[in-house]
Amino acid sequence: MNLDRPIREEDLLAYVDEILDADMRARVERYLEMHPDVAHRVRGYIRQRSDMRAAFAPIAQEPIPAELNVARLVETHKLSRAPMSWKVAASVVLAFSLGGTGGWFARGTPDDPTGVSALAREAVSNYQVYAADHIRPVELRADNSRALVSWVSQRLNSAISVPDLTSSGYRYMGGRLVATEHGPAGLFMYDDDKGTRVTLLVRPMKVQGQMKMVPHSQDGVKGYSWADRGLGYSLMSSADAVSIHDLANEVRQQLESHRTS
Amino acid sequence: MDDLIYLIEPMIPALRRYARSLVRDRALADDLVQDCLERVISQWSTRRDVNSTRSWVFAILHNLAMNALRVTRARASHISLDDVEESDLIARDTQEDQLHYGELLRAIDALPNEQKSVLLLVSVEDMSYADVAKILGVPIGTVMSRLSRGRAKLLNLIEGDEAVSSRPVLRSVK
Repeated sequence: MNLDRPIREEDLLAYVDEILDADMRARVERYLEMHPDVAHRVRGYIRQRSDMRAAFAPIAQEPIPAELNVARLVETHKLSRAPMSWKVAASVVLAFSLGGTGGWFARGTPDDPTGVSALAREAVSNYQVYAADHIRPVELRADNSRALVSWVSQRLNSAISVPDLTSSGYRYMGGRLVATEHGPAGLFMYDDDKGTRVTLLVRPMKVQGQMKMVPHSQDGVKGYSWADRGLGYSLMSSADAVSIHDLANEVRQQLESHRTS
Repeated sequence: MDDLIYLIEPMIPALRRYARSLVRDRALADDLVQDCLERVISQWSTRRDVNSTRSWVFAILHNLAMNALRVTRARASHISLDDVEESDLIARDTQEDQLHYGELLRAIDALPNEQKSVLLLVSVEDMSYADVAKILGVPIGTVMSRLSRGRAKLLNLIEGDEAVSSRPVLRSVK
């Protein structure tokens, strides 16, 4: 290093951060002795750095909460990726539903980018924005459900109903109207006792108005999407895949019986 | 994935501290850390830079926190500063220290996010300037100028103008 070059602001910052070698540190100290105004500022920086460290230090001393247990998170991840859980389950659903009595048949291909797969991506984006929101996750709360349902039904031009997932351990929180690439959609949110949130996105489908249930996983959000008589549904959650699949079946069943009744 | 547990678990206290120093809400901060850990786990086998796991993990957390702050700010612009207290941030300390840190924390909150995150990563998390550049995806010169401006501004907020009478000369390098 050229020890004759002038002192730079970077040297002062590195001095504050205690990362200079002994020679450079001695040079900076000599410089500061000769420049009391700079020395005053640098002392302020040193005080600031040590105060910041002291202010935030207690957080790192706290015991780690159970939700952040890495070994357990790894286990959950392995379970949700078990090859049997999701794709096979979906194809079993398809196999049973083809030719079945439920009017459950595939039209179009599952990978049409404008169909159910677009719906699933829109559901993930909305999940990421609203389920992560701690201030106002829903715009109209459950106690105002009638207003919400009539609002969404009017904008979607279809009679919408909200499934009751109490028996599966999920409370209905409320919902809102949201924007998607394919027009307005209704977003309904639920949570369980652990605070895990589940969202159901509903919108009319221009293509793939009838579609089997397909799994979708993206950025830690997992769920199932399907379409029935022109309406697309996508259920998303950060919960494990198996329990969402059960939940999706429950939702689909309720909506089906509601629409046929 | 045994190496993952072995490498990641020791980072969790620092991840929680960084998240909470940015978003200042315990539950939200821990949600962000959990989200970060889930991503680390699912991307573990496909991560590119095996030699800088720590900055990779911090980069994931940093981006999640910035997203959360954008969402929170957009929805919470009407919430006054008085509603956001540092009460759950600081463990019991002496009364005087709490008051002192309260002022410091409010001043840190007043910094732009880009200066705040550099200041926290360097001063509290002991990240090298090069690692911070990697985490934020900016050139190292930008890190230095944000650090320089952030420190000057924070000192100014707490101690007033005269504390920064010798202006830092580092130019901003965008």
